[in-house]
Amino acid sequence: MANITVQLKVWRQAGPKEKGEFKTYTVETDTDTSFLETLDILNEQLVAKHEEPIAFDHDCREGICGMCSLYINGHPHGPATGATTCQLYMRRFHDGEVITVEPWRSAAFPVIKDLMVDRNAFDKIQQAGGYVSFNCGGAQDANCLPISKVNADLAMDAATCIGCGACVAACKNGSAMLFVSAKVSQFALLPQGQVERARRARAMVKKMDELGFGNCTNTGACAAECPKNISLSNIARLNREFIKAKLKD
Amino acid sequence: MDLTKENVKVMNPADSKIPEGPIAEKWTNYKAHQKLVNPANKRRLDIIVVGTGLAGASAASSLAEMGFNVLNFCIQDSPRRAHSIAAQGGINAAKNYQNDGDSVYRLFYDTVKGGDYRAREANVYRLAEVSNNIIDQCVAQGVPFAREYGGLLANRSFGGAQVSRTFYAKGQTGQQLLLGAYSSLNRQINLGKVKSYNRYEMHDVVMIDGRARGIIAKNLVTGKFERFAAHAVVIATGGYGNAYFLSTNAMGCNCSAAMACYRKGAYFANPAYVQIHPTCIPVHGDQQSKLTLMSESLRNDGRIWVPKKLEDAKKLQSGEIKGSDIPEEDRDYYLERRYPAFGNLVPRDVASRAAKERCDKGFGVNNTGLAVFLDFSDAINRLGIDTVRQRYGNLFDMYEEITDVNPGEVGKEINGETYYNPMMIFPAIHYTMGGIWVDYELQTSLKGLFAIGECNFSDHGANRLGASALMQGLADGYFVLPYTIQNYLSDQITVPHFTTDTPEFDEAEKKCIEAQESFLKIQGNRSVDSIHKELGHIMWEYVGMARTKEGLTTALEKLKALRKEFQTNLYVPGTADGMNIELDKAFRLNDFITMGELVAYDALNRNESCGGHFREEYQTEEGEAKRDDQNYFYVSCWDYQGSDDKAPELIKEPLHYEAIKVQTRNYKS
Repeated sequence: MANITVQLKVWRQAGPKEKGEFKTYTVETDTDTSFLETLDILNEQLVAKHEEPIAFDHDCREGICGMCSLYINGHPHGPATGATTCQLYMRRFHDGEVITVEPWRSAAFPVIKDLMVDRNAFDKIQQAGGYVSFNCGGAQDANCLPISKVNADLAMDAATCIGCGACVAACKNGSAMLFVSAKVSQFALLPQGQVERARRARAMVKKMDELGFGNCTNTGACAAECPKNISLSNIARLNREFIKAKLKD
Repeated sequence: MDLTKENVKVMNPADSKIPEGPIAEKWTNYKAHQKLVNPANKRRLDIIVVGTGLAGASAASSLAEMGFNVLNFCIQDSPRRAHSIAAQGGINAAKNYQNDGDSVYRLFYDTVKGGDYRAREANVYRLAEVSNNIIDQCVAQGVPFAREYGGLLANRSFGGAQVSRTFYAKGQTGQQLLLGAYSSLNRQINLGKVKSYNRYEMHDVVMIDGRARGIIAKNLVTGKFERFAAHAVVIATGGYGNAYFLSTNAMGCNCSAAMACYRKGAYFANPAYVQIHPTCIPVHGDQQSKLTLMSESLRNDGRIWVPKKLEDAKKLQSGEIKGSDIPEEDRDYYLERRYPAFGNLVPRDVASRAAKERCDKGFGVNNTGLAVFLDFSDAINRLGIDTVRQRYGNLFDMYEEITDVNPGEVGKEINGETYYNPMMIFPAIHYTMGGIWVDYELQTSLKGLFAIGECNFSDHGANRLGASALMQGLADGYFVLPYTIQNYLSDQITVPHFTTDTPEFDEAEKKCIEAQESFLKIQGNRSVDSIHKELGHIMWEYVGMARTKEGLTTALEKLKALRKEFQTNLYVPGTADGMNIELDKAFRLNDFITMGELVAYDALNRNESCGGHFREEYQTEEGEAKRDDQNYFYVSCWDYQGSDDKAPELIKEPLHYEAIKVQTRNYKS
């Protein structure tokens, strides 16, 4: 462990309609402390000076809830690969480093305050079709439905998406294709999802377009920055699912 | 607190509403005779569900599927963020797919025994009974459980069981189950049957004519208090682990909704039963905000040890040597030594205390002396690194990100044996078995108010077994509450939709605003977090893993002083207009202090050791927990006395066991 001092250049914005600006703060921390704990230290300093602390989303701090966000030094969830912001430790930074911290940048995710954005659009896409229409109570015995391990594992890999929005933030078009494709793929790969397969692909893509997410650029920034390593092949599968659904129209 | 026998109230056995008949027929009998609400009438009834974890989301979606109108609240930006998502290991069910002798009875028995004979028998049997339906339900939703090559579901074993009954989805079982419930919830939101309120926090429950009829919730973005009315209120708001400041709970987890119900008269049961999980990453420093759990599933293949020789431990503490430098013959696999029958898979409370015992004797393995090793060398040498990584790869990576050590990497070769870098682990607050008291119908002592999931008390007794939290949350939400709530609502069908324009709502909202103003007015010198950290230190030191009468008395004094400090020296920046995160935290901290006192009162009252509650005065010569079934075979229900400054009153719910013989827990043979 080593003590380090860093400069945090943080986006401050009082509300959705207010004008924002960068403010730079100096924080003493150490290499075993996490990035969000360093923000905690800074907030304690601000409170001690009777200043407004920085608003940012976070909850589980174990990399699974998808609540934390932050664009750190030009990367969603910072420099580490396959990890969320809450799993980022200060040993990734050096003493004296200037670290730029911004909110997700996307028209579909408006800023609420400082580093906190509104990701309600993601819920709306899921509400449009991210489920198997099935009422509790009528299920058959679970082992009556054998599923190949290969497909079950692929479905699991797709289902690992935590809905954080890094893919949208990373994309220069602000596209939500990786997010949508992860859910469409999970169900397309499983027998439970077959009945509504076409309807689901259509409904989720339609909702995504309605909510102002951009088109896919095919450059793969989303997959490169995804903290859960969701594969780009899911987007290929979504395209296939969507075209197949449209052919049925 | 005066607890002389004469003035302690005893609950009428009928109040727990346990159905008649043999244990295996109680739930069937209940369902056969309960009152129902017909489909046309369900449309006329509104239900508030607070929380969107496994219990809340499954209840909200199931109630909506049945036809009720549901209002669903969560404090996060989306229902999918609830902390159930962080559960790693798995979910138990009595499927007996492995043909290894499992049955509903055995899951019931293991759960009651694991809970150190302090759970309500009838509730646990029902839980075991519906466990199989949960797996069927989740598979039908498309939850991608782990499978064998033949296409059938895979299982693994967990602590406190001698069968493999745990279903899992990599190390992300909670996430996949929650996303399953969230998908059902989304379908109902889309159909207009569930109204979803995100970034809302419940502040009070509103009682009208003796029934729960609504809540006051704060919109965390606008800072405004809002009123919501319904025919019944369900809280599914989780546990109170964050009263200890450092825990494996998420940062937002809090007990404020439960405390609001408690202050309105809902009994709080068994608060002293707090689970300390044995396999967490040790504390690293003062700035730490939370602790990270390493799944119990690691104990399937990982072996827990400390050095046999004190001088090796000293060298580890000073950093002269590493764990992999110590050869096999100098390692003390203390769980395998003390509990040969269950070995590394003893229940959590037993494993945690055993780790503390070794560290107290000076065998701790890190710089603070508060850590033990969890070692995979054996498993890697036996199965190969690829197989082990397939099972635990994401946990190894998570561990490395936090500590900079990868447990899958070779540490050293000694005499032809390969030793891999072991993990360091230490116990941490993880789950709370205590909670709002509920009867067999999951109704609290307040009419029309129900509590489900971790926030109620009923199924785990004094200690919860691994992979049982997910089971209980989903059992309550999918298969229990949707039945039992109808028994309550059946005579409410003629009651029209409520208005929130009543004196009761006025009064409740006024109280919330007054509390808010009082916090803002203090203008002292201490931040919310600094007082919360102090609370955590008091709780961990005196109300943690080992408790004494003296320590608990000290804790109550210190908590009283801390409340005073909170009331006179707190500083909350900003105003009541708009978002104010520090103000929201102040509300929660105020409730954590009350909660801390409740844990201490209960721990002080319970002059025995059982499960997660260990009183140093009550232990066997071998250091095992010593129960006192003669005097403490009851659920402690605490009744609020109108003010946080007054001690609560105790009401006992005596336990009655019909099916299981109460005996000393034995994991040795």
